Amino acid sequence: MEQILANGLYLGAQYALIALGLTLIFSLMNVLNFAHGQMYVFGGFVTYTVVAQWGLPFIVGLMASAIILAVMGALIEVFLFRPVIRKSKRDESTMLLAAGIAFFLDAVILLVFGEKQRGVPKIVDGVFNWDMRIIMPYDRILIGVLAVALIAGFIALMQYSKTGRAMRALAQDRMAAQLMGVDVDRYSMIGFALGAMLAGLVGGLLVTITGINLGMGGPTSIKAFLMIMIGGAGVISGAIAGGFILGMMESVGLTVLAAYGDITYLVIFASLMVFLAFRPQGLMGKPWG
Amino acid sequence: MDMNKQIIGVAAFLLAVFVLVPILIAASGRWDLYYTLTSVALLAIGSAGVWLTFYIGRINIGQGAYALMGGYVSAVLMTQAGFSFWATLPIAGILCAAISVLIGLPILRLRGVYFAMITLVLTEVTRLTALALPFTNGAKGITSIPLPGELSLLGLTIIPDFATMENPKLAFYLLAVTLMVLTYAALWRIVNSRLGHLCRSLQQNEELAASIGVNTAYLRVLAYAISSFFGGLAGAVFVAISQSIYPSSFAVADSVNFMLYCFVGGLGFVTGPMLGTFLLYFGWDLLSVAKEYQLLIYSSAMIALMLVLPNGILSLFDRKGGGK
Repeated sequence: MEQILANGLYLGAQYALIALGLTLIFSLMNVLNFAHGQMYVFGGFVTYTVVAQWGLPFIVGLMASAIILAVMGALIEVFLFRPVIRKSKRDESTMLLAAGIAFFLDAVILLVFGEKQRGVPKIVDGVFNWDMRIIMPYDRILIGVLAVALIAGFIALMQYSKTGRAMRALAQDRMAAQLMGVDVDRYSMIGFALGAMLAGLVGGLLVTITGINLGMGGPTSIKAFLMIMIGGAGVISGAIAGGFILGMMESVGLTVLAAYGDITYLVIFASLMVFLAFRPQGLMGKPWG
Repeated sequence: MDMNKQIIGVAAFLLAVFVLVPILIAASGRWDLYYTLTSVALLAIGSAGVWLTFYIGRINIGQGAYALMGGYVSAVLMTQAGFSFWATLPIAGILCAAISVLIGLPILRLRGVYFAMITLVLTEVTRLTALALPFTNGAKGITSIPLPGELSLLGLTIIPDFATMENPKLAFYLLAVTLMVLTYAALWRIVNSRLGHLCRSLQQNEELAASIGVNTAYLRVLAYAISSFFGGLAGAVFVAISQSIYPSSFAVADSVNFMLYCFVGGLGFVTGPMLGTFLLYFGWDLLSVAKEYQLLIYSSAMIALMLVLPNGILSLFDRKGGGK
């Protein structure tokens, strides 16, 4: 049981970090970023290239992932989403654009990094063993701790910095924020860059453990959607809650339901449907926020 | 709109797809085009469903799920219960519609991105379910499904056995196109009926519609069920053509594509999804000469299209701006 909980917490921390980026972009610009999973894969490949191919330390790879993805996010916002949002009659047009970007990133990843499964060598050796009750390799613990630290850093940024305040104001009410003198264009760009950077960071973290391959983008986006459905879209606490809940459900489900075959996600989906029937806006979301 | 003009347009279209295309293909010898065009016709049926859900103001990225379900229903019934293909076709559609009612009741309360997200999740869950269920044969899928047999009514053969045909490709093409024409005729009829007006009221303002006595919950589920019926139908025919089905036959990318077909064609027009499907699928097919750059060019073109025409291709003809 302790093992299941520990696995769930570890998974949850990763998931929460992915969901945070997605929910940030959603709350600022009302854009559902289909390309989030692809950004995550891209971040993983950047870390792989820096660490495994160039032989630089892991932290450099992680920084490279963060910077490249942040720049990519900013460019995507300024040159793609901004003009389309301005010109289109419906909010939904951005979905088509986001899907196009997802395909585009898939193509770029295929051309630049190839289709093979890639991983980097373990960053720390050894296995933590608590009386055979919890067995967990040290690198997983390190990654989990790093993920939690990043989540804490992100919350601190949103709560206490001027940038964070501006972004929260934007998420609450775009018009009012603009009237109060918030530079909407600038903070939309920063927000998108930050969201993309988070995706890249998780990719960089996870490449050390599960490795990375081209096909992981779509399923990762799907999981991120699930999390923000559970927690409520556009709410930071909701994304974190959703991430940990999904991580926990996956961990418990894989153990408990193992006897019935691979039906964990079917069960999760069915329970989500029941949950949404009672609470369509998720745990912490505003109704139709 | 001018009634005569419309009739002429429809007649020209029917003439083109039923007479002109087979003649041109026979003349040019490009028999492989039949497969492409058949796929276009079937995918257009699926996108018609997506379009209808958009008509009630919901973005449906779950059509792949129903296509997969319809395909499996047809495949399982044919291989394990000995049904004829023609019987499985309506069963697949109706079963998908029934399942969509169960799923739709809770999820249709969601709106906007929330609904879009959950339908996308539904696609992935359907794939995982197809992997896990005992009678779907897991990742190996169901293969060597028989070709459609003879369809006869009171001893009169309406459609001969596909296996005995000289040219089953042409037969499949005609089948798919006939279904597509029927689907769009039904769609056109729905849109221009009382039901269509009610759906439009939902698209514009659901609360207002409910406040003047429109049964919004019922309408939403009805539109979603019709949409899923189309999805199941398309899936079932696909299975008959490829004679096989795997859990990955319709995946998330297909669901997203169904949505894209609608968006590209334009959401304000009944024929929008058909045009979108044709352009995107045909474009994709033509780009196969670019080999590894195929996806890159395709997605760049899509992004460029969004930058230039964010409201769909048919919005070019939409001079009034915003009007239907």
